[in-house]
Amino acid sequence: MAGNIWVLAETWRGQVTETALELMALGREVAGQLGVPLEAVLLGHNARPLASSLGAADTVLYADHAAFAEPTPEAGALVQLIKERRPHAVLVPWTNLSMDIGALAAAHLEVPFVNGCKDLKAEGGALVAQCVVYGGKLEAAVTATTTPALFGVLPGSRSADAGRVDKMPPVVDVAVIMPEPKVRFSRYLEPETGDVDITQQDVLVAVGRGIQTKDNIDLAEALAVTLGGAVCGSRPVIDQGWLSLSRQVGKSGMQVKPKLYLMLGISGAPEHIEGMKDAQLIVAVNTDAAAPIFNIAHYGIVGDALEIAPALTEAVKSKKG
Amino acid sequence: MSNGTATMDRATSELTLDNLWGTPEGQKILSCMQCGTCVGTCPYGDVIDYPPRRIIGMLKAGQIETIVKNDGLLNCVNCYACMTKCPRGIPLTEVLLPLVKEQVLANLREVPAELQKALQNTFRYGNPMGESPRKRADWVKTSDVPVRILHQDPKPTDVLWFVECYTSYHPRGQDNTRATARLLHALGVDFAILGNEEKCAGECVRLAGERGLFDTLSDYTMKLLQKYRFKRIVTSGAHAYDCFKYQYPPRGFRQEVHHTTPFLAQHIRELKPRLSKKLNYTVVYHDACALGRHNGFYDEPRTLLQAIPGVKLVEMLHNRDNAICCGGGGGGMWLDTYYKAKGCERLSDRRVKEAVETGADVLAVSCPYEVSRFEDALKVLGYEKRMIVRDVVELLAESLEA
Amino acid sequence: MSVLVLLKMVPDVVEELEVSADGKSLDTSFLRTILNERDDHALEQALLLKERHGGKITVIALDAPDMDDVLFTALAKGADRAVKVTDVPEGLTTHAAARLCAQVIATGPGLLPVDLVLTGVQALDDLDGLSAPLLAQQLDFAYLGVVTGVAVDASGQGATVIKEYAGGVRGEFAVRLPAVLGAQAAEKPPRYVPVAKVRAAMKAQAIETVPAPGSGAGAALVEVQQMAKPVVSSHAEMLEGSPEEVAGKFCELLAKRGLL
Repeated sequence: MAGNIWVLAETWRGQVTETALELMALGREVAGQLGVPLEAVLLGHNARPLASSLGAADTVLYADHAAFAEPTPEAGALVQLIKERRPHAVLVPWTNLSMDIGALAAAHLEVPFVNGCKDLKAEGGALVAQCVVYGGKLEAAVTATTTPALFGVLPGSRSADAGRVDKMPPVVDVAVIMPEPKVRFSRYLEPETGDVDITQQDVLVAVGRGIQTKDNIDLAEALAVTLGGAVCGSRPVIDQGWLSLSRQVGKSGMQVKPKLYLMLGISGAPEHIEGMKDAQLIVAVNTDAAAPIFNIAHYGIVGDALEIAPALTEAVKSKKG
Repeated sequence: MSNGTATMDRATSELTLDNLWGTPEGQKILSCMQCGTCVGTCPYGDVIDYPPRRIIGMLKAGQIETIVKNDGLLNCVNCYACMTKCPRGIPLTEVLLPLVKEQVLANLREVPAELQKALQNTFRYGNPMGESPRKRADWVKTSDVPVRILHQDPKPTDVLWFVECYTSYHPRGQDNTRATARLLHALGVDFAILGNEEKCAGECVRLAGERGLFDTLSDYTMKLLQKYRFKRIVTSGAHAYDCFKYQYPPRGFRQEVHHTTPFLAQHIRELKPRLSKKLNYTVVYHDACALGRHNGFYDEPRTLLQAIPGVKLVEMLHNRDNAICCGGGGGGMWLDTYYKAKGCERLSDRRVKEAVETGADVLAVSCPYEVSRFEDALKVLGYEKRMIVRDVVELLAESLEA
Repeated sequence: MSVLVLLKMVPDVVEELEVSADGKSLDTSFLRTILNERDDHALEQALLLKERHGGKITVIALDAPDMDDVLFTALAKGADRAVKVTDVPEGLTTHAAARLCAQVIATGPGLLPVDLVLTGVQALDDLDGLSAPLLAQQLDFAYLGVVTGVAVDASGQGATVIKEYAGGVRGEFAVRLPAVLGAQAAEKPPRYVPVAKVRAAMKAQAIETVPAPGSGAGAALVEVQQMAKPVVSSHAEMLEGSPEEVAGKFCELLAKRGLL
């Protein structure tokens, strides 16, 4: 049991998340490199059947507690398990859902919670994480000086399919003692309905800070309409109130997989990439030739979105006749 | 009618709404006869709740609070129309409006996001676009002619060319700048630029009400200018011209200042023979507020345009001192979304419609804001095939022999 | 109601970031720093809470270049007290800095008791942990992160806090006070304060200083082996030309994939 690789198998509204499965794939690789078992930590309430999604693990450690019926950011259970079982490393999804738990647990244990890992591999018996730093402008290869260490792994490190093994692994029921929670989940607040569901669109025209003003979104709208799609935006555009929350793509917004994702004035920070990296065709327009987005996009145009968008609309209109 | 005070002493630049009334400017303001010419001539007169006439009336009645808690003055684009037409010659745009707008900005519950960003960017990066100061002189690499940068080569220069922000960073502004460099070079003018050391002159943030930011910028620029020896400043920015002419002398600035357009007009005799390419454009000229109404430079741009072979000059209905502002001054450059939300027509849209009516091919301008504002308006109104926007210097450079 | 806001400076990514000669750290020669954006939101949330509930806001920060400007700006915006921790060891990681802050808060001049500690949920130079949860664990306060809304109960014993998840879904939580909240976004964008007001604050108000407790940074929890610009494993194929030419190529692209 000592020295295993763990994955915190986060669940959301009754399902193991895609990101958790991505981490299972990554964890499987890393565990193989180190020659140790892979274990999944599943915290839930009457959720034991979910272990059947975690077939990639050698064992599932399942802790049942009423507190886990809802997404409560209590790290006590994870801390207890880590103290008892001393894994080598714990892979935690770097998501709004799990980063609280990972960070709190690391704080408690006086171990690092390595931020923003996009990859992880074993080198000479130690884990080296490839981390995204400074908003993606630089990357760092980082090792932890302690074991256990917690690694916050960004969505997209591996494909979820690679981590999805449909077989029921051995499940170990672990008892956890949870203190009286200081934070209690009350309810979900659903996004405004009656608007376009951007997750169902084949074509999305995404606007970022580079669109500059609320009015300029009209240019994106015209392009979207011509292409038969809809407009969406990165976080700053939604924060300004220029588009509604239901149009937000990214870590705190929607995950979309359209056939075409056309980006106007979005630099490519990891938080946004998370929401659209699986789009089939990504075309980015940005004035900065060094914008990180050009490492993600399939095609790129260096230019002012305010000039390019109308030109694209014009060309598509005449092509369509 | 007032065409701008020739000089402004230190005392004027330290006026506040509290100490105003004991001063000559304050007395002038009190001479208002409530005729309403200011409202009538204001391009946003129908939108501003407290135009100059009402401001003066309410100030006399001690009701400053009501005025400054109203955001209507964000629509004031400091176009100098009211001041130019005021029969009493009251220094409205020069003295009264900046003081009141300063209080309006300070009292706003929420500064409109675009304006806030522009102010923060100007403070932090020396330009409203938020571009890195270290990229301010990147355009020099694309210039066809050599451009000396003072911190690299600090020997004395005749002309210190103060390039300004849009002309340094914006692609269309850089077209203007490259053209200007070619023209200065062709005329054998000894010139140099501040390069990455240059920061926004700050006139428009001052007119938007950020006096503290302006003080910070002008302190910096005055110190910077003292490092170098130069006879005069030539600037591409129409507002920067105003700034060096009126705001900097009380801070110790002693040299001459010129705007590129009238400066080039002074050299018309050497320039004209070298404008060899025929352009065949019908051109309509838009009088920039800072150059035209505020400083009387109506003829100079026209002289230059008429010197270009093949150019036929036509006029808009509202020209010279009646010209309608492009809407970019006094913070307007960063308030389009805010104006739209209030249901106001953009002044640049209004102006462009008038320009298109003349049938001209080219709308000629001489303030860097105008290029992007009018090109945007042409696009929005669907006229981009009928008319292009060119700065006067771009047209001159186009005609200039190779 | 009393609120503590923890602020820190991070590299300003408007400038190009370069790696220093040692290949594992940031080249600081042209580096400029800026207030962590999430901390700016934390401050704004605190100001909104003060407007609604009254009370006092104390901003606290570890000494750093340009920190004074930021602290005076916070005072000008409406914070009541600014505390700067001096004699801070250089190059503290997030983990070490948070531990230091927690010590200062626990032992420092009249900083406790407090109802809420607000700080950004993360910063772009975090590597070995997150400040807010670390503070919460050290102070034994409740913690919730990725916060986009806070309402303090009438009793003052608890708060209703909104946390953001993916897909536009948010969660509403009942949080027992005192608590540390990791701010993602304030309910309104951070407000503007005129430069003149900041200058006035610089003249009229003072920043209190507290020397860092001398326990040192502690052992490093992570080691950077290498830092570099992202390896471009694949780079976008660039479409060049005038807007019209680019638009033509774009249409060809779409046509080839049956999207046109």
